[in-house]
Amino acid sequence: MAQVTFEEISASDFFYRNRDIAGFTNPTRAIFAAIRELVENSLDAAESLKIPPEIYVRLSFEGEASKETQIYKLRVEDNGIGVPPRHIPSAFGQVLFGSKYKLKQQRGTFGLGGKMAILYGQITTHQPAFIISSTGISKIFMYKLMIDIQRNRPIILDRRVFLNKEGWRGTIVEFSLEGDYLRAMPKILDYFKQTAMVNPYANLTFVDPKGRLYKFSRATTLMPDPPKETLPHPYGVDVELLQRLIQVTPYKNMLEFLKNHFHRVGEITASKFLEFSNISPSKNPKKLSHDEIVRLMHMLKKFKDFLPPDASCLSPLGEELLRTGVLKELKPEFVAVHQRKPSTYAGHPFIVEVAIAYGGEIPQKGNFIIYRFANRIPLLYDEASDVSVKVINAMNWRRYKVTPDMPIAIVVHICSTKVPYKTVGKEFIADRPEVRREIANGLREVARQLQHFLTKREHVDKEKKRLGVFGRYLPKIAQFSAKLAGREKTPDIEKLLRSVKKFGVEEI
Amino acid sequence: MESKKYKSSIIERRKEVLASLENLGIKIYEQMDKGYFPSVEMPSRSTDNIYYDPKLRQFILGDKTVRRSARNIRHLKPFAQLVWTALFSHELASQRKTSTLRDVYYSAQAYEMTFKDQQESNNIITDLETVLGFSREDFNIFPEERSAVFGDLTIRYTVPGYEGKTLNLTSHPDGVMIGPALTSAEFVETTADKVIAIEKGGLFTRFIEENVHKKFNALLVLTAGQAPRATRHFIRRLNKELNLPVFIFTDGDPWGMHIAMVIISGSANAAHLRDLTTPDAKWSGVWATDIVNYKLPTDPLDEIDMKRLYELQKDPRYKEDPLWQREIKTFMKIKRKAEQEAFSRYGLTYIVDEYLPAKLEETR
Repeated sequence: MAQVTFEEISASDFFYRNRDIAGFTNPTRAIFAAIRELVENSLDAAESLKIPPEIYVRLSFEGEASKETQIYKLRVEDNGIGVPPRHIPSAFGQVLFGSKYKLKQQRGTFGLGGKMAILYGQITTHQPAFIISSTGISKIFMYKLMIDIQRNRPIILDRRVFLNKEGWRGTIVEFSLEGDYLRAMPKILDYFKQTAMVNPYANLTFVDPKGRLYKFSRATTLMPDPPKETLPHPYGVDVELLQRLIQVTPYKNMLEFLKNHFHRVGEITASKFLEFSNISPSKNPKKLSHDEIVRLMHMLKKFKDFLPPDASCLSPLGEELLRTGVLKELKPEFVAVHQRKPSTYAGHPFIVEVAIAYGGEIPQKGNFIIYRFANRIPLLYDEASDVSVKVINAMNWRRYKVTPDMPIAIVVHICSTKVPYKTVGKEFIADRPEVRREIANGLREVARQLQHFLTKREHVDKEKKRLGVFGRYLPKIAQFSAKLAGREKTPDIEKLLRSVKKFGVEEI
Repeated sequence: MESKKYKSSIIERRKEVLASLENLGIKIYEQMDKGYFPSVEMPSRSTDNIYYDPKLRQFILGDKTVRRSARNIRHLKPFAQLVWTALFSHELASQRKTSTLRDVYYSAQAYEMTFKDQQESNNIITDLETVLGFSREDFNIFPEERSAVFGDLTIRYTVPGYEGKTLNLTSHPDGVMIGPALTSAEFVETTADKVIAIEKGGLFTRFIEENVHKKFNALLVLTAGQAPRATRHFIRRLNKELNLPVFIFTDGDPWGMHIAMVIISGSANAAHLRDLTTPDAKWSGVWATDIVNYKLPTDPLDEIDMKRLYELQKDPRYKEDPLWQREIKTFMKIKRKAEQEAFSRYGLTYIVDEYLPAKLEETR
């Protein structure tokens, strides 16, 4: 009879064993995921100070690893907020440690990605990672780290302190990893281009292993307002969150507990809810039994009178910046952008922003080119499963005089405190009716604007063509009739040509 | 022979044609010079404006007119094409050169006046005919199709290089082609006292071999199927200028019957033109009743034939003479058709020796 042994595994051990779910599926995906996670951390780090991000990424060839994979050194530099020295080892060497556990819109969700990248590098190359950071104080700190995978603890191999004479602020991460750049290259370049599209205020520089330089320059220094932290909304809580709140709450009765720990719950709403759910306002939350907590969660979801969450915790790009980004990266002839009003799904606020771009440098592919973003992250995989794609395919485009063979790019950006991803790999957005409706309404709006543009342009084209016909045939009629009439001089047709121009010549 | 009169008629007509083309040019020129968009008016050729005129015994256009204006974007290109065609026709007519419909289509390209296809250029020529009331042959534009004539008729050419030369139409045993030169020729003299028009080349040759022209004192005209306009005009001149009665022999089917009808009463397509019809011409055979009376070998009428018969039955041209309705009904009853060659069952000369004299007598 086989012995079954149970053992507790650490978080880093768990992700070591299940790296697929974080996007490190194979050498191609891994190198893409590593770059993406670190760039996103860097963008967050700069945006939290409202500084236009300045990000430099270099991937250099170190040696062959196998027939198809190579060892690369990845270096990512930013001008972000920096990491205080005492947090550096944990922030980069301990999985599930981080600054991202509060509720506001951020790119990363679990504080997992950057560390997964380093962990993956260590697994594949057994090399330490170097972290250099300063928060702008007089010193710069350098750590040489490895992760103790079984215990989920950083191992500090070296630590140095430099004088920060020039007042540098930011973070540099450098480590080695195994990967397949050649295969990953198209996605990586797509990633930079699309990141530049929804971060038009960022300077992105990428030097690839062949020494090629890709530079995406900012088109504006305007930045969206950073999101505010917010309390969880009653519709969005689960038992686990309730238990944690109960553990840490200083409040001794349910009324105060509800008022102080939940988003948009005041005295009146709290009282009404307690009456609705038959819970005594004076009950001490710490005395709730497990069953009562479960019941509380269900009642929170059932109660209809909670105010919807407000969107102050969200940081959408805004119509102006989205327009700037699309114009900068796609160079279309026409673009329409639209931001929907905030909405919610399951207690999580979200905002949908869409853009439709037509003509110019957008290629004609026989189908719409779709760019999907969540919290300003490009989503590059599993397009077919994404809710946006489903909405786009289900739309009656002919109503808007739009056909898939036109050179059209569609941008869908959803931002939320909790983006409804289907997987940890952040690849596509689940089909939630609330989200679907917002995307559809947004697309209808921009499609209407595109239709207006196309109709107007068609009108102008027609007018040009019309004038062309007059310009072409009137002189001929004049010439032929003069010859037929036996006259030397052709009749003056300038007046006639002027008169056809009179009506309706319109500039775009 | 009043040959002088005919001579003047041909020269007069050419002058008239040139003058009307020039007037069109002057009219358009002056409209433009005064700062107006030029326009021309012409009778509408749409089916609701085509009427059968029992007096003229041909289709005519009604009072509806259409105005083609250079102000209208949709008319502009056809308008330019119309003026170009007028200019081209003027050049042809004044230099006394001829051209085919196909030539017109290609010549336009030299002037950067493109026609989408042959049909478009044909339509514009028809427009010009309608505007001026002359037929394209008057503009020296001829279709490709050709037919022929044989018999004792002397003509005098008016075409450049042959002016004044005469020709007797018995001089070539295959007949003489009814082309631009013959169409514009004057009639000098003839001993014939009738015209026999024949649908098919085989029978035309047989008639010449069998000396039908001598035996019956006739001019023989090959229509080669549906008679081209030049041929219809030629038959009309034989009838009007030389006072010769015209007898038409076709296959015994609705299509042959209609070949005769178009020579007699014209077509709806040419409702804007005159002088193409010969109202006194007779359809002498092969009738449906001949099929019965002569017990000719036949083929069954197919669906398309029957459909055509129903159309013809309602056609106003076929209500003129009770003969037509009688023959249509007989065709419908016997549901058979016969070709002219069917008489060969009684020997090669039967048609000349027996049938022809009988029918000429019957339809005189």
